[in-house]
Amino acid sequence: MAEFKQAPADAPVARKLLTWVDNRFPLTKLWNDQWGKYYAPKNLNWWYIFGSLAMMVLVMQIVTGIFMTMHYKPDAALAFASVEYLMRDVPWGWLIRYMHSTGASAFFIVVYLHMFRGLLYGSYRKPRELIWIFGCAIFLCLMAEGFFGYLLPWGQMSYWGAQVIVNLFAAIPFIGPDLALLIRGDYVVGDATLNRFFAFHVIAVPLVLLGLVVAHLIALHEVGSNNPDGIEFKAKRGPDGHPLDGIPSHPYYSVHDIFGVVIFLTVFSAILFFAPELGGYFLEYNNFIPADPLKTPLHIAPVWYFTPFYSMLRATNPLMINVFSAIIALATVFALLKGRFGAALKVAIVIVALVAIALLNTFDAKFWGVVVMGGAVIILFFLPWLDHSPARSIRYRPGWHKAVFAVFVFFFLALGYLGSQPPSDAGNYVSQAGTLVYLGFFLLMPWWSRMGEFKPVPERVTFAAH
Amino acid sequence: MNKLILFFLAALGFAGAALASSGGIQWDKFPSDKLTDMPSLQHGAKLFVNHCLNCHSAAYVRYNRMRDLGLTNEEIKKNLMFTTDKVGETMHVSLDPKQAKEWFGSVPPDLSLVARSRADISRGSGADYLYTYLRTYYRDDTKATGWNNLAFPDVAMPHALWQLQGERVARFEEKKDPHDPSRTVHSFAGFEQVSPGTMTPSEYDQSVADLVAFMQWMAEPNRALRLRLGVWVLLFLSLFTVVIWRTNAAFWKDVK
Repeated sequence: MAEFKQAPADAPVARKLLTWVDNRFPLTKLWNDQWGKYYAPKNLNWWYIFGSLAMMVLVMQIVTGIFMTMHYKPDAALAFASVEYLMRDVPWGWLIRYMHSTGASAFFIVVYLHMFRGLLYGSYRKPRELIWIFGCAIFLCLMAEGFFGYLLPWGQMSYWGAQVIVNLFAAIPFIGPDLALLIRGDYVVGDATLNRFFAFHVIAVPLVLLGLVVAHLIALHEVGSNNPDGIEFKAKRGPDGHPLDGIPSHPYYSVHDIFGVVIFLTVFSAILFFAPELGGYFLEYNNFIPADPLKTPLHIAPVWYFTPFYSMLRATNPLMINVFSAIIALATVFALLKGRFGAALKVAIVIVALVAIALLNTFDAKFWGVVVMGGAVIILFFLPWLDHSPARSIRYRPGWHKAVFAVFVFFFLALGYLGSQPPSDAGNYVSQAGTLVYLGFFLLMPWWSRMGEFKPVPERVTFAAH
Repeated sequence: MNKLILFFLAALGFAGAALASSGGIQWDKFPSDKLTDMPSLQHGAKLFVNHCLNCHSAAYVRYNRMRDLGLTNEEIKKNLMFTTDKVGETMHVSLDPKQAKEWFGSVPPDLSLVARSRADISRGSGADYLYTYLRTYYRDDTKATGWNNLAFPDVAMPHALWQLQGERVARFEEKKDPHDPSRTVHSFAGFEQVSPGTMTPSEYDQSVADLVAFMQWMAEPNRALRLRLGVWVLLFLSLFTVVIWRTNAAFWKDVK
């Protein structure tokens, strides 16, 4: 047991109370360890705001979600009307609802930027692999939250979006149809589906999400933040034992974060108050029509934050299967010619390749579309082991690596745009190119990330006084 | 590299343009100044309960919400309520959905949110659509109801405001396709008044605008409050941004 501390007799009441608590619970210690005297690199730039913003949006989603649950009715006959009741008759209900709907999109914007920051500066590299993996799990949970939550307003797009996505699971060979039935709890999306999605959305997934966020932060505070230079800022310490390039989070990053939050809230409020539908991207127009199982909308698109992955699903048609088969065949030939493998290994490679091509052509292209879509998310988990670049940060990587990143971002955005549009021939070719670029970016990373002329990495962080 | 990017941007633009041109006529712009004009909104309310609320419900809108439009409970009860005597009730209709289906071929949809659900990012707002739709009815003897519509071809609803607008027929021309001279396109070439309505064409346009303004209000009664509040929120946040910006700079000025 730690030593029992005694506040001076003339100390203020607050100080006495804190001493009383500290003798029983490590309140001051927790604060100092996690924030007050937690040292962060002093060269963090604006890219580093999105973690704090994600945290704030999470809290906002939980609080507004709790208030919405007080009025929402998870019942196929009542759900749509209960949302309209919230929008019209509940005092400030419209504000709560718009905060939640805008917050959902904001969450994804912030998290996509947060992840891209990690990509830019190699934040997932050793020893931060677990931070990244927890983060990817958070991203998966967030997608689940978005998917389950989108059904709840019970509008046309809610209904048909859920119908389409659940049907994707039916494409899995052998177990697919039963799996889809298990998810829906019915043969079509219905009341049973709505109730279970509600349960997942308001308690199951948020519990996991909160646990993962805690794990993400514990892991981060164990090893400390990466920084735009991608060097270990804790390696050089001053006589006081603190990192020379570090700075206590409080007050320095407290004020930075508040500044970032205020700017974020300004943009957020501009959308919330003046364009809550954001041209049909944040709230789809069709979703103002109650769900009707008998009327299929002409064009069904998922919400924007799923569209890059949805595009990859749509891009995987029989033509794409041939392209995949050809790529596997070429890669095999290349491995046999260039790789220095033993005879047994070479035979194994050929067998694996043949099996892969056979499987590709056995099952329906739709199934492989689901695999590509799922794989596109799962592949992120492996990033720490795919990146072999000698320098963590993009700053010290060859110039053409930036171009690779730019092409990747361009195609990711293009996939996102095309996924929100009705299918077209031209669009589909771009989506197919985008899918190959996305997969190639990650799968070929072990090779391209170490190619080129790297710049020398500095000993100390580069910092210009504000 | 840049050429590559340009190529893909062009490809995207092409795909977008091809999609935007699919089906229907161009929507007219709804005169949105009507949204803040109380007499217009009240007139719209009157038109709505007299001409729409017989078949269409507005099941999420309460009668007494129309106090937002500068009316009193008594005025609402006396002039705008025909189906119920409870002013806190929502705008239901007694039309039986089964019969409606038999009569019209489809159940008249609830109109509470139609001004929001009909919006289309490439064509205009829901109000633009309604403003166009209610002004492009014409006589068409090939249809069961005797009516057709330019913004909603083969519409199930007959022209509910025909007594106000009168009857019109549409003239169509076979024009040469500008992209392919061997083909012709069936294109609209104007309306012809057959019998006059109780309103002149410009009075009718004004009335439809009033009605659409009311429907836009009905779709989101808190819209005006949202816009008003938004200005104050943004003003506060802009000021606060300046304060925090300077605070941030003050804390960081000693960090070398």
